[in-house]
Amino acid sequence: MITQLILRALDKKAVWLVAVLAVIAIGVPMLNLGLPADHPLHIPNYAVPLFGKYLNYAMLALALDLVWGYCGILSLGHAAFFALGAYAMGMYLMRQIGARGVYANPTLPDFMVFLNYKELPWFWNGFDMWWFAFAMVLIVPGLLAFVFGFLAFRSRVTGVYLSIITQAMTYALLLAFFRNDLGFGGNNGLTDFKDILGVNVQAATTRAALFAASAFALALAVLVCSAIVNSKLGKVMVAVRDAESRTRFLGYRVDNVKLFAFVVSAVLAGIAGALYAPQVGIINPSEFEPGNSIEVVIWTAVGGRGTIVGPIIGAIVVNLTKSIFTSGSSYVAAGVVILIFSAIVAVASGWTKGLIVIAASVAIPVLYGLYQLILYGNFKLPALSDVWLYALGGLFIFTTLFLPKGIVGLIAQWRTMTTKREQHDRNATSPVDVEAGVDPEPNPAE
Amino acid sequence: MADKTGTMLYLDGVSVSFDGFKAINKLSIIVHPAEMLAIIGPNGAGKTTMMDIITGKTRPDDGEVLFDGRTDLTKLDEAAIANLGIGRKFQKPTVFESQTIWDNLVMALRKPRGVFSALFYSMSADDEARITEILDTVRLLNRKDDLAANLSHGQKQWLEIGMLLAQDPKLLLVDEPVAGMTDSETVETAKLLKDIAKTRSVVVVEHDMSFVRDLGSRVTCLAEGSVLAEGTLDQVSANPVVIERYLGR
Repeated sequence: MITQLILRALDKKAVWLVAVLAVIAIGVPMLNLGLPADHPLHIPNYAVPLFGKYLNYAMLALALDLVWGYCGILSLGHAAFFALGAYAMGMYLMRQIGARGVYANPTLPDFMVFLNYKELPWFWNGFDMWWFAFAMVLIVPGLLAFVFGFLAFRSRVTGVYLSIITQAMTYALLLAFFRNDLGFGGNNGLTDFKDILGVNVQAATTRAALFAASAFALALAVLVCSAIVNSKLGKVMVAVRDAESRTRFLGYRVDNVKLFAFVVSAVLAGIAGALYAPQVGIINPSEFEPGNSIEVVIWTAVGGRGTIVGPIIGAIVVNLTKSIFTSGSSYVAAGVVILIFSAIVAVASGWTKGLIVIAASVAIPVLYGLYQLILYGNFKLPALSDVWLYALGGLFIFTTLFLPKGIVGLIAQWRTMTTKREQHDRNATSPVDVEAGVDPEPNPAE
Repeated sequence: MADKTGTMLYLDGVSVSFDGFKAINKLSIIVHPAEMLAIIGPNGAGKTTMMDIITGKTRPDDGEVLFDGRTDLTKLDEAAIANLGIGRKFQKPTVFESQTIWDNLVMALRKPRGVFSALFYSMSADDEARITEILDTVRLLNRKDDLAANLSHGQKQWLEIGMLLAQDPKLLLVDEPVAGMTDSETVETAKLLKDIAKTRSVVVVEHDMSFVRDLGSRVTCLAEGSVLAEGTLDQVSANPVVIERYLGR
């Protein structure tokens, strides 16, 4: 039973993906640690946690895709599960600081001393033990998803209403975690991490290990999602997505199907968050911001929802683009990105649509400049980092309009086009037809 | 009313109203095991609402709805009712369009419906043979790997009937099965349904009078939410009230 589930998980695409992730998991740390810093293939120290972060985001997007792409539940609060996993890990890391904090209190983390806590709040107990904290990484997001999902799905809250309450959930958590008296460090969150499992969290070797763990965790998530979507339950999830009430009349408990997907997805998101916290070195309430959850939806849509590889590609591509826009600050690089995207759109759905993308990309900064001209009398283009949110919004709109199946859908479209063409070529002189006794069609030219 | 024991479906004095409009008004219908009942009637007579009540989509305001002479259907939800053995084909054919015909039947096939049973399900040779047999019956065997979306309207109707067969229900509720079918397909469908009714109870709602004649079953005419006339098709269509309210002069 279980072996069959595992075998089913290992379909051709998943095997490739897991293999690529395994190569990355081993290769990137080797190129970082094994090569001297001046070697052309050396991966610099700053890049390792950055790429690790992208892999965590990819895992979060894959988790969202399991509920959205396969089960039709558009969660606009998925970053909340990610953040809860990150907080559980952060609590473990805080307890590992011990007496090395600024206030040198052996049990209380710095922020508690600062906020006049006399003793550790009860829910911080146990987080000094790694196994307890790691279990909480799974249990806290899973439990929240279970309770939330149980109430929402049983009451048949669907569509935009469900999206709105997931958004409200993450917003409520944002407000709660901002409060100092909740006991999670208020708006500063948890930071100044020192050790993880007895080794320095800042060390290059630890960073490399965390990167490898992120890649392997993503590979594991791929296997879990692949096993689910390739099973009969996966078919039922798609059925729920496409025709929920019809699935009920077949005798399936739609609320249980959704609840299962939602809880599995939340646990995966929590694991991704737990690996994210030590790599970025801080976790604060801004992780609960509704905008973060919406970004995850955009990554998934851009990559291609309803596929395993799509959200992974989407998360990495969009975050690389974000880095170009917000830290590179080069209009040339941003322009190249926009041109590539417009070219993709042009190939997929016609050159007029590609031109629309370019026009919109040029129009926004120019309009900003004209606005400046009217207000202050000099034409000034906006800083690239200020344009990022518009670019992200535009990316979502144009993807939805022109590439509804995302990057992966586009590749699939090309592949069917080429196979059809090949079939067509083959049919011209098909030996099969001759064997089957079918006369070749007379050539009209003759 | 009549004895409840030995009935497959028993409706007595069922009423439901939407915003004061009485969609079903003191409706009483009985279907016996291995019996076919054809229901005719003008638009808005309450035929689909009646099916909604039986399958748990709509709760009646009043009245008794029993399955198999003892199970009260008004207390159960759609999934529980489906698992009791009541299958429904919708007026507008509703199949899972983004999945293959084969997968549509795999989901419909009568198996434990729990989340984990579905997760760990693997197809046995028996299941495969059963689905192949059903595909043969509904003449979709050569298209089993096509997406359901690519079927014609009539073929979707047949796929949905095939899904009903795969569910292996005791009672089938079939809403307008021949809409969008050619004449020969209609004749075939009548044959198929008559065949099914040898072992199961079937309730067919249909407007097509020649199809109802082909079924050759007991006929009930509904109007304004209650029974107008019952009997053979000839008896019902000779009934002056039916002529007045439904068939027209």
